[in-house]
Formats: sequence, structure tokens, C-alpha cells
Amino acid sequence: MKIASTAEVMSRRDQIIRQALGLDYRKFARGPLRFDYEALMQSAGHTLDEVRRIQADSGVGRTPLLELRNVTALARELAPAGKGARILLKDEAANPSGSFKARRAALAVHDAAAHGYRGVVAATSGNYGAAVASQAAMRGLRCIVVQEAFDSRGLGQPEILEKGRACEAYGAEVVQLTVGPELFHVFLTVLEETGFYNASLYTPHAVAGIETLGAEVAEEVRARFGRHPDACVITHAGGGNVTGTARGLQKLGAARTEIVGVSVDLSGLHMASDRDFNRKSFTTGHSGFGIPFATQPDRVDVPISAARSLRYLDRLVHVTQGEVFYATEMLAKLEGLERGPAGNTSLAAAFVLAQRTDCDQFVVVQETEYTGAGKHPLAQLTFARQNGVEVRRGDPRSNVPGKAIVIPEHPGQLTFTEVALKELRASYVRNAVRAAGVKIIDHEDLAFLMQETRAAESLVRGVLAELEVLLVG
Amino acid sequence: MSKVAAGTWVQIHRVILEAGKRAPQVPPETQAVPLEMRVRGTLARDAVLGDEVEILTAAGRTLRGKLIDAVPRYAHDYGMPVAELVQAGLDLARRHPRKPE
Repeated sequence: MKIASTAEVMSRRDQIIRQALGLDYRKFARGPLRFDYEALMQSAGHTLDEVRRIQADSGVGRTPLLELRNVTALARELAPAGKGARILLKDEAANPSGSFKARRAALAVHDAAAHGYRGVVAATSGNYGAAVASQAAMRGLRCIVVQEAFDSRGLGQPEILEKGRACEAYGAEVVQLTVGPELFHVFLTVLEETGFYNASLYTPHAVAGIETLGAEVAEEVRARFGRHPDACVITHAGGGNVTGTARGLQKLGAARTEIVGVSVDLSGLHMASDRDFNRKSFTTGHSGFGIPFATQPDRVDVPISAARSLRYLDRLVHVTQGEVFYATEMLAKLEGLERGPAGNTSLAAAFVLAQRTDCDQFVVVQETEYTGAGKHPLAQLTFARQNGVEVRRGDPRSNVPGKAIVIPEHPGQLTFTEVALKELRASYVRNAVRAAGVKIIDHEDLAFLMQETRAAESLVRGVLAELEVLLVG
Repeated sequence: MSKVAAGTWVQIHRVILEAGKRAPQVPPETQAVPLEMRVRGTLARDAVLGDEVEILTAAGRTLRGKLIDAVPRYAHDYGMPVAELVQAGLDLARRHPRKPE
């Protein structure tokens, strides 16, 4: 592998990506600011039923929906009279690679095979790498996963090391890098050199693959309980999980289900910092991805991300690392289910939300993931202590990301912090206008910004005025 | 130094970007260190640790780098039982709604 200079590779970025997807994103652009989101999503070219068939062919989907009766009973003990919604859990760990990411990967790898690519490349430190490797193994394609794994001491985050091992178990080559955004440069180099398919998390295919998850939740809750879920609680990072699940729910008519995103609060830790890297006990589903991706989705390995969470979020909340570890214990001890961190992030918030919701309602936690060496609270807490992070019991609100993890002393201490979506919407508008470099926009641009953010017209107009952007036409 | 035979499953290391030549947006502590790469594969020819070698990766690529490990172990584990979490688990089990009286 010849490594060209960053600038040289980045200058060929659009061309490399076009060849590695067989999709020209230029056709979705409608001027410097706007693009046609639904046309982009339709370019995946499959109906929901076709997506289901493709996934069924590779053993993906149709995972069990479990009722957490004991966790619900504990929530009711803590809740005021009449409150304590029933908590349901979609056991996505039952997918072939142990997480919902198999749904995304199934479509991406199917598309790669259909277009005659010999292999696939994914840039991810997460479950998605294992999912792509697993799907590639099913279809006999080669697979390369590029992951950010180590700090400059060569010390690897235990969860990422486990995911690297899983990728190798499924037959992938794993390129492990130290901390830094230049991972993208290595990724482009690999795509260019191999001519493999870009199995990005953010293509329309990958996001369409998650729609079946929302659709299954809507169907199963309706079939078993005679109504649509009242809330669907979704761990939020890059935005694909929220986007795909919400779209699937909507396609099945569950228009009134509240879409609640949940991220682990890692505020204050820099995502590109060699020092902060191993002070995080969560490698995804955290605010370090959740906020930047919501407010500036097109920062990824495709020109336009199909994952656009602000279009779908009704609510976004943050929980602490200690609360998620506590929720993991709760699921194991009360329900006999040992599962990994991603779904337990939304479970921690769902446990609190259920206590504030009427007892005849249904709150769905829409994923679990596998657990194993490295991907486990004890592995993470041991590693945190080795890296100078304090672990203690107490009020979880006293946690400081990167400094102190606080395990609740009592289930009644679990709570969540509401994130002001209004601010994220304003931030999105600011970022979009700046990136487009426009000083004059028209009413179609205004409508687009409102669709992208679900912001009121007055909010968008306020930001435009602040940026001295003129609205004409 | 012990010889590593061709065909052994090994790990190589290589510097992709030198310290100080990192992307402009990275914080100073990252700018001060190189961007490094580690990859596993089978060793092309007999070598000793520290040699510049070629490996064949699982995806069929030939990559060059410094040989840093032979038969690299997956050393991540379940960690130590952490008293604070163990106690939280015991507390939760005591509160089990279906616990016999």
C-alpha cells in the first residue's frame, strides 16, 4: 500500500467515492444548499418488502421482542401511582454478527455483490465492521475494516480490540490505526488501491436496512398489544439508527410514536485527542458523535449522509456512563439477559422514561448487542481505573466524563438530561449555510432547512438574520 | 533473536504520518505523535522481530512494515470484578420483584 499525501488523496476524494459506490451524488444536489433527500433514499432502489427479503436471505432481522416484566415492575415501584409504562426490548443481538448493524451491512454487501465488486471496505471501530465482515463472508466477498484502535502508547480500547478480533474471526483484514481523523485518508487509499466497494454506514442502502427494524417494532407491538409503541428509545451516535428506525415506524403507520434519541454524555472529551481516547468507557452511542453528527451530518465517508437525525428526533437525552453500567447490571440480574453497551444506553433512559409515562403505555428499547471480552462493564471499568479514571458509587449526576464514573447507589437515582433540540436545529442551520457559502437563499432553501431540522420558520429565519443571509424570491 | 518462519500469523507496524505532519485540525497532543498502523497477516518470508517484512493479509493484500509480533495474542478480557458494580448487582438482585418472601 503506497501512502500518498493527505492533500493528494483528499483532492481525489469525490472520484474515489463515486467509483467505490457506483452512485453519483451530484444528481441529488439542488443548488449549493439543498439536495433531494427522498430521491437519495429512493436510490437504494428497494421497497421495504424487498429489503426484508434480502435480509432474510442472510439470516438478518425478525429478532425477538421481549417484555421486560421485572424491570417494568421495579420502575413501577419507583414511579408515582398510575405511571410505569411497560418496557419492551428488541433483542437485536440475535442477528448474525450480534447487533442491529447486520441490517445495514446486509444491504450494503448485497449492493456490492449485485454491482460485481470483489470486496468491501468499511471505516468503523464498531459493530458495523463485524457486521460487514460477517455479511461479506456469507457472500464470499473480501473485506477490509479500518479502525481507530490505539493511543500513541499502543494501548487499545478493550471494546475496539474485541471488535477487531470479531472482524478477523469473520475473515476480514483489519487495519488498526492510532487516534486521528486521518483514518479517512487511509480509508480512501485502501478504496483506491483495491477498487473495493465503500460499505459506508451512511449510504441510502445502509440506512434503508434499518427501516425493517422500525417496521418490525411497529408490527409486533401492534400485533401483541393492540397499539403502536408510545415511545421508541434509540441509542444515538451517527444518526443512522434514529433515521432508519423512525422511517420504518412511519412506513408502518406508527406516526405518533415518540422518537427518543439517547447518547452517553462524554462532554469535555475531544474525539481526536490522543490523551482523551482511552479515558472514554464508551466507543459509540455517545455525545461526542451524537451532537456533531446531528448538527453536521455530511462529515462522513459519503458526500451526503443518508442519516439525518434532526429530521426524526422528537427528543434527545443524555445519560451518564455509570447509569449505563447500572442498567447493564439491571438487565442481567432482573431479566437474565447479559447484553452489550449500545442497547443498554437506551435502556437506562427508557427505565426513567417509563416511570414518567402512564402504565397502560409501551416504551420500546429497539436494540441489544452481544457482549463479550472487552465489550463488558467490568472490562471497561478495569480499563478506566488503569487509565486514571475514578470509579465510585454515588449520585450519577456527579460524574465527570474522563475523570469519574459514578455507579448509582439506588435505581431511583437514574435520570437523564434533556438536550435542547432547538439549539441543535439552530446549529444545523448555521453549519449548513456556512458550508454552502451562500449569502442569498430562496424560499425553497428555507423550506429545505425547515425539513432538515423540523424547526419552526421563525427559528430558521432568526439564524439566517444572525448570519446576514438574505431571503429572496 | 528467534526466527519467525514464513507463513506464521504475525503483526506488522508502520508509521503513516510523522509527528508534526498530522491533519491541521487535530489537538496538540495528537499533533505531537505519529499516525501509526498495525495489521495482522501471514509472513511472506522468514524474518526476525524488528525486520522490515511483507505480509499477506486476509483480504489478499501484500503489506510492508516492521515485524512487531509473532502469533499476536488477543489479550483483551473481562477485566477484574469491580467492587462498586458487583455491589450494585447484589443490591439489584435483592430488589428482584419476583424474589421469594
